[in-house]
Amino acid sequence: MSSDSSYYVPASSRMPIFMAFGLLLFVLGASFTMNNWGEEDSNAHWLLITSFAVIWGTMFFWFGSVIKENDSGMYSGQLNQSFVWGMAWFIFSEVMFFFAFFLALGYVRLFAVPWLGGEGEKAITNILWPGFEAAWPLLVTPDNEQFPGAHHSMSIPEVSKLHTWLPFWNTLCLITSSGTIALAEAGLRKGNRTAFKLWMVATLSLGYIFVFLQGLEYYEAYTHMGLTLGAGIYGTTFFLLTGFHGFHVCLGAIILTIMTIRGFGGAFSEHDHFGLAAGSWYWHFVDVVWILLVLVVYIF
Amino acid sequence: MSAVIDSHHDDHHHGPAKGFSRWLYTTNHKDIGSMYLWFSLIMLFIGGAMAMVIRAELFEPGSQIVSPEFYNQMVTNHGLIMVFGVIMPAFVGFANWMIPMQIGAPDMALPRLNNLSFWILPVAFGILLSTFFMEGGAPNFGWTFYAPLSTEYAPPTVTFFIFSVHIMGASSIMGSINIITTILNMRAPGMTLMKMPLFVWSWFITAYLLIAVMPVLAGAVTMMLMDIHAGTSFFKAAGGGDPVLFQHIFWFFGHPEVYIMILPAFGIVSHIIETFSRKPIFGYSSMVYAIASIALLSFVVWAHHMFTVGMPIAGELFFMYSTMLIAIPTGVKVFNWLSTMFKGSLTFETPMLFAIAFVALFTIGGLSGIMLAIAPADFQYHDTYFVVAHFHYVLVPGALFSLLAAAYYWIPKWTGKMYDETLGKVHFWMSFISVNLTFFPMHFVGLAGMPRRIPDYAMQFADWNMMVSVGAFLFGISQLLFLFIVLKCIYNGKAATTEVWEGAKDRGFEWTVDSPAPYHTFSSPPSMESLKSSS
Repeated sequence: MSSDSSYYVPASSRMPIFMAFGLLLFVLGASFTMNNWGEEDSNAHWLLITSFAVIWGTMFFWFGSVIKENDSGMYSGQLNQSFVWGMAWFIFSEVMFFFAFFLALGYVRLFAVPWLGGEGEKAITNILWPGFEAAWPLLVTPDNEQFPGAHHSMSIPEVSKLHTWLPFWNTLCLITSSGTIALAEAGLRKGNRTAFKLWMVATLSLGYIFVFLQGLEYYEAYTHMGLTLGAGIYGTTFFLLTGFHGFHVCLGAIILTIMTIRGFGGAFSEHDHFGLAAGSWYWHFVDVVWILLVLVVYIF
Repeated sequence: MSAVIDSHHDDHHHGPAKGFSRWLYTTNHKDIGSMYLWFSLIMLFIGGAMAMVIRAELFEPGSQIVSPEFYNQMVTNHGLIMVFGVIMPAFVGFANWMIPMQIGAPDMALPRLNNLSFWILPVAFGILLSTFFMEGGAPNFGWTFYAPLSTEYAPPTVTFFIFSVHIMGASSIMGSINIITTILNMRAPGMTLMKMPLFVWSWFITAYLLIAVMPVLAGAVTMMLMDIHAGTSFFKAAGGGDPVLFQHIFWFFGHPEVYIMILPAFGIVSHIIETFSRKPIFGYSSMVYAIASIALLSFVVWAHHMFTVGMPIAGELFFMYSTMLIAIPTGVKVFNWLSTMFKGSLTFETPMLFAIAFVALFTIGGLSGIMLAIAPADFQYHDTYFVVAHFHYVLVPGALFSLLAAAYYWIPKWTGKMYDETLGKVHFWMSFISVNLTFFPMHFVGLAGMPRRIPDYAMQFADWNMMVSVGAFLFGISQLLFLFIVLKCIYNGKAATTEVWEGAKDRGFEWTVDSPAPYHTFSSPPSMESLKSSS
């Protein structure tokens, strides 16, 4: 509720329309690139690359003007509260995006695959692919020629081999990084900028190690395990869940890299560092998603 | 506005900028609200023209005017445009105009984001409509885009469709974040949650629904995209997936979505009925609780859209009973509206006529919904014109009538001029008669077994279909009259008073500011004292 009598309404701005233009280029570029995939004379990817330039460029100037306005003291406590709500509900919308993919995984594991294997009272089951056996991880798909299943799954090995299992190190990295970013924030709040910078660098390093290990895992999956996007529903859910998570880790890492660079440049004060706080919430969010993901994709 | 701002942005507080760039760069909630409303009106005529093609084809049995392929494109795009391009943006337009004025805020909480949420809508729909001119034609798999029709058997333009749905979703999510933040953070001092006008409440809850389910829709179309272009098998049983999974995810989004298209209407109709009954709304808090319970229930009823896919019997029973529960809060609302009118000093200006028609006809749509909720009976009704009749009754004389009512109710406040009351009443009666002529006979042909989404039909349905088509053409023409009334009001209307409607100034901050409302409504938070009986 507003208790402050001063309102801030920004002047008209060119940023949103540039962003909308960038998104127009993105949709056209992405669609044409996908539809013309493999055609040698297609130049649709240039449209896509241009769109990224427009979108990232606009974001640079848009965030830049927000920072400038904030630094010149134009923002009231009320407006800062608006940013807090905005970020919180944005993260909630991201949670619901992941929810759709978790829902898909749950549905195929609890219903679709068992039904294909003949469970339940429905007459149609196990007629299309007689002899198909339901299992999870699903390594032999109903039509194993069209969708050749993986040789191995990514599931958790026995305890003695845990140290060779990449997700174990990934989990360690990400959980630790949630702690280090909390330490960085605490350092900043106490005015200890050295601690702040140190812990930010630690967080970023852990984040980049995670991304590297995830890439390594994908490389192994494709080259040694026959686990691909086309390997039936197990590969599908594995890559889409870990892939979108990894994409969000990358976004989080980019946000935190920018915050760290700004921090080294002297930005943020003890009481006014919402950009960093928002980045840190985002980082905790990808961490929580990862814990759920380890449980349902890798362990159970 | 604060002194800080005036020194920095002196030139922005004397009114809007000149020229077309005003609309491109604006951060003003009224400008953006107007753009949303004009956009949805234009889309109404585009989507309406598609409906006219459909009804012309169905005027007589046999293949008449368009090819079956083009007919499918018409049905698909009519649905997509009406849902995502007309009803939703129109409600967002009203939210933009009215929420800051009703809660005493200077503008929306995040004005630049607000501009972005509007301007990506023309992007999304421009791309969607451009697919008509591409190889393979526009999407033709129905507005529900069930896999595998929309994946394995789709035209190549499905990629453009998928990305335009992503953009529509982004627009809705950003708009909703803005609305929630505005309501939570920008209310005038003293306006506690349970003193908020009902339109604000209904949008508050709607915005939560949007943030919760639009990302799920984004997930669904992303899975389609991967199945089409990356070889995954979400919706392919051969790989262990399931086409029915698509329907579950789609309707997990889709059922809250249909309430997204009706909850703001509940708020609008509540305001109009209390104003023209000259009584505060009956059962204010029960209205709030009813809207909230409808919203919560909407998350656990989705599979009533898919009773015939072969669910386990326990699923059928659960979704049947949970669906019927919705009748309770909806009934509370209908009785509250009737009780508000009971012993009120009623007058029947155009907004009131549309609001009363809303209550009566929306209830018809609700009752046919209860019939459809009965799982064993649904095996007969499923995918027939009975379903078409049901959802058009809740969307046309439901959502669309509430939008028309709201336009008549608030346009004097926006333009400072009155619309032509006689023409408004003509518009109402033409719409009322033709809407029933169009959609009521669909119940009969549906129960008799006429399937939906078919360009041809058996001879025995010919008479009713001809009647439906005549009704549809009449309804289309009636909406052109609405366009004329709006333009006449803007260019040639009589001046409106501040209060506009007798006694309205007790009912919300919007009736305490000048007509037309100034470009920046409140320079400092208004006091709740200025409302005598706030509802």
